[in-house]
Amino acid sequence: MLGWFKKKFGKKEEQIPAPDQEHLDQTEPDQAEPSLTGDISLEPPPLILEDTQEPPASIEPLPQTSSFSDLPKKEASPGKKSSSMFQRLSERLTKTKESLVYRIDTLFLGKKEIDKELLDDLEEILITADLGINTVQELLDEARRKLKRKELSDPQTLKKVLKEKIRSFITESDRPAELVMPDKGPFIIMVVGVNGVGKTTTIGKITHKFTNAGQSVLLVAADTFRAAAVAQLKIWGERNNVQVVSQHEGADPSSVVYDAMDIALAKNYDVVIVDTAGRLHTQVNLMEELKKIKRVIGKKIADAPHEVMLILDATTGQNAISQAKLFNATVDITGLTLTKLDGTAKGGIVVNICRELKIPIRFIGIGEQLEDLRDFDPNEFVEALFQEKEGR
Amino acid sequence: MFENLTDRLEGVFKKLRGHGKLTEENIQDAMGEVRMALLEADVNFNVVKQFIATVTEKAVGVEVSQALSPGQQIIKIVHEELVALLGGNTEQIRLDGRQPVIIMMAGLQGSGKTTTSGKLARMLKEKGRRPYLVPADVYRPAAIEQLQILGGKIDVPVHPSTTETKPVDICRQAVAVARAKNYDTLIIDTAGRLHVDELLMGELKEIQAAIRPSEVLFVADAMTGQDAVTVAGKFNEDLEITGVVLTKMEGDARGGAALSIKNVTGKPIKFTGVGEGLDALEIFHPDRTASRILGMGDVLTLIEKAEAVVDKKKADKLINKLRQNTFTLEDFLDQIQQIKKMGSLEQIMAMIPGINKLKQLKDAPQPNEKELSKTEAIIRSMTRKERHNYAIINTSRRQRIASGSGTDVADVNRVIKSYSTMLKMMQKMRGKPGLITGQKRRKLPKGLRKN
Ligand SMILES: Nc1nc2c(ncn2[C@@H]2O[C@H](COP(=O)(O)OP(=O)(O)OP(=O)(O)O)[C@@H](O)[C@H]2O)c(=O)[nH]1
Ligand SMILES: [Mg+2]
Repeated sequence: MLGWFKKKFGKKEEQIPAPDQEHLDQTEPDQAEPSLTGDISLEPPPLILEDTQEPPASIEPLPQTSSFSDLPKKEASPGKKSSSMFQRLSERLTKTKESLVYRIDTLFLGKKEIDKELLDDLEEILITADLGINTVQELLDEARRKLKRKELSDPQTLKKVLKEKIRSFITESDRPAELVMPDKGPFIIMVVGVNGVGKTTTIGKITHKFTNAGQSVLLVAADTFRAAAVAQLKIWGERNNVQVVSQHEGADPSSVVYDAMDIALAKNYDVVIVDTAGRLHTQVNLMEELKKIKRVIGKKIADAPHEVMLILDATTGQNAISQAKLFNATVDITGLTLTKLDGTAKGGIVVNICRELKIPIRFIGIGEQLEDLRDFDPNEFVEALFQEKEGR
Repeated sequence: MFENLTDRLEGVFKKLRGHGKLTEENIQDAMGEVRMALLEADVNFNVVKQFIATVTEKAVGVEVSQALSPGQQIIKIVHEELVALLGGNTEQIRLDGRQPVIIMMAGLQGSGKTTTSGKLARMLKEKGRRPYLVPADVYRPAAIEQLQILGGKIDVPVHPSTTETKPVDICRQAVAVARAKNYDTLIIDTAGRLHVDELLMGELKEIQAAIRPSEVLFVADAMTGQDAVTVAGKFNEDLEITGVVLTKMEGDARGGAALSIKNVTGKPIKFTGVGEGLDALEIFHPDRTASRILGMGDVLTLIEKAEAVVDKKKADKLINKLRQNTFTLEDFLDQIQQIKKMGSLEQIMAMIPGINKLKQLKDAPQPNEKELSKTEAIIRSMTRKERHNYAIINTSRRQRIASGSGTDVADVNRVIKSYSTMLKMMQKMRGKPGLITGQKRRKLPKGLRKN
C-alpha cells in the first residue's frame, strides 16, 4: 500500500542531504518578504496562521536527478506512524473497492457458461462504474464476437479478456507515467480542474509527499477568485510547514504566479505547486486565463510548468471526458489525479479518458487528510476490479 | 460529441413509415437509442431500465400522428414522461410555519453547499426575509471564512462559528442568536461528507434532531455520474431531505443525475446553480432539464409547434394531392401559411437537427420571411384557374399578377420557378425521408409510397 514511498523514495538515499530539522521547525515570521504577506481583511486571526517560514536554505539544486522515482528519501520516522497510515490506507481502499469487487465475484461465482444474463449483469456493473455505455458496449461486443467464434466459452476466460482490455485502455498513455523532474531548477506543477474536485486538498497531500522526501516546496495561491481560497491553501501550507505565496483576493492570478517564480528561483525551491481557481471547462474566458497563467510560468522558467495536473472527482460521470478534453486543449494536461475514491463512486470514467487522451493518472485521493493520497497503479486498479474474494 | 438523438431516431424509423401504430416491435430499436441517450447523460442504469419500460408501455398502441414523424412522436412521449418524473410542479422553499425558518444544506464534498448557501441568503433577502448564515463546517480548511466573505458581499450576517465548537452546538447557538436578533431565516452550511461516513452522517442527524430544520436541501453536482442514486438515497434515508439543489448547471453536463436523484428520493428539485456569482441561482425547470438530458434542445419546441399548427384534415388532403401529383399553387400557398404560423423560418430552420448539413447544400432553398410574404401575395393575385394549372400563366398573366401583388414580373417568375422546382423535387424525393420540416418529412414519403 505504501508503494509510492517504496517505489519512489526507497533508493539512492545518499545523493542529496535532507534539510535539517531545525530549518523545518523554524516558525519565525519573515518580514522582509512582502509578496508573501496575505492581506485578506476578513481573516480571523486565530484561524488563519500565516506561514512565512523561511525555506530550507541548505537544500541544493537537484543534480542529474531526472526522474521523480530517483529522488532521495528524507529520514522518515517509521514505526508507529507508518503502520497506522498503512492501516488507514488499506481500510479506505478496501471500502472503496469492496462493492465492485464483490459484485463481479458473485457474478462469476458458480457460473459454468457465459449466457445472456451474465453479459447483462456485466453490462450493469461496468456502466454503474461510470465506464460509459460506448466503452461498455464495445467491450461486450468483443466478448460476444469471441463467444460466437468459440474463442471464448467459460466465464473465467471472459473475466481475463475484459481485464486485459481495460488494462490496455488505461495503460495506453504515450506520456511518462511518473512525474519527471527537470535536471535543474524548480519542478513546477500547475493544478487545474472544475470547481470543488479537490485541487487544493490534493495540493496539500502532494506537498506532504514531497516534504516527506526532503524536498522544499513552495505553494502558490493563484486562486484569487473563490472566497477564502487563499486562506484554505495557507492552512495546507501550515500543515505541511511550507511557504505560500499569495496576494489579495481578486488579484491577477498571473501576477501571483509571476512573483512566485521569482521567489522559487531566488530561493532554490525544489518544487513549486500552483493552485488555480476551479472553473468549468466551458467558460472560455476563464480557460484563457489559465492559458495565460501557464504562459507566464513558461516565460519565467523555460519548459515550465513541467506538470499540468488535472484533478477529476471520481463521482463525476461522463462529463469528465468533456472536462479532460477541454482542459487538455487549453493547457496540455500531463497527468491526472482522481479524487474522492473513498466514497462509493468507482471512477470508471478514467478508463475512457486514459483511452481517448492517453494521459497518465498519477495519484488517487482517498480522503481528506494529508496522507490520503496514493499512487495510481493501473494494474492494481484493474486487478481490484476483478479481485478474488480472499481479500475480505 | 454524440449524434443527436433525433437524427438517430429518424434513422431507426425509416422502416416505420406508413405504419399506423407504434408497436412493441417497431419501437424496440428506438428505445435502444433512447436508452443510449439516457446512459450517456449519466442517468443511473436501473433508473433508465425502469424508465424505458414505462415509456414503452405508454408508446405502444399510439397512433402515428399526422403532424409528427414516428421519431418525433417517440421523443415527445419520452420527453413528457421525463418532465413528469422530474417533477412537473416546481416547489418553492417553505417559509411559513414555525419561525425562524431553518434551512439546512447537506451533500458530498465539493458539491457547492457554501456557495449555494450564499445564493439562497441573497435570494431570500431580496424577498424581504432576514437571513442568518451559519457556517457549521468545522473540518474543511477556511470553510467558515469562505461563508463569512460571502455574507459580507451580500450584507447578510454570519454566525461567528469557530472550528473549536461542535457543529451541533454551533447550530443551537445560532438559533438562539437568531431569536434574539430577530433573524427569521437560518441557513446552515454543513461540511461536505461522504454518505458512507457513518460518523459524519450521525453528526447531521444530531443537528437535525437538535434544531429541527424545516428544509433539508441535498446539494448535488450536476456532473455526478451513476453513483448519484447511492449518495442521494443514503442522504435521504438518513435525513429525510425535503428538496434538492442541482449545482454547476451552466456547464455542458447533460445532468442525468437530476433524474436519478429525483427517482431515488422522490423529493423535488428546487433550484439549480448556474454560476459562481451569488445571483446565479435559478428555479428548477423540469422541461428544460428533460430536453437537456435528451441532448436535444429546441427540437421539442419545434415538435410542439408543428403539432399545434398542422391541421390533420388538410394534411390528409395534401397527401392525396401529392399521391395524385395534383399539388397546386393553392396548396403551395397553404404550406406557406402553415410555415408562417410556426414562427420565423430562420428560427425553425435553426431548431431542426441536421440543418447545418442542409445549409451546405447549394441548391437548398434559403427562404426568408420577406420572400414568403411576397410569395403569398403573388399566389393570392392569381386566379383559381392559374393556381390549379401554372402552365397557363403566360407573360401577360405574369404582368397582371405582378401589378396585382405589388411585385415585379421577376418575382412572379421566381415563384413559379420555385413551385415547379418543388414539384420536381417532390417527385425525386419519393421514398426518401423529407428534407426540411417534419411536415414534409412525414407527408411526402407516405404520400408517394404507392407510386
Ligand atoms: N472524501 C474525500 N474528500 C475530498 C478528497 N479530496 C478533496 N476532498 C474534499 O472535497 C472538498 C473540495 O475540495 P477542495 O480541495 O476545496 O476542492 P477545489 O477543487 O480546490 O475547490 P475549488 O477551489 O473551490 O474549485 C473539500 O471538502 C475536500 O476536503 C478525497 O479524496 N476524498
Ligand atoms: Mg481550491
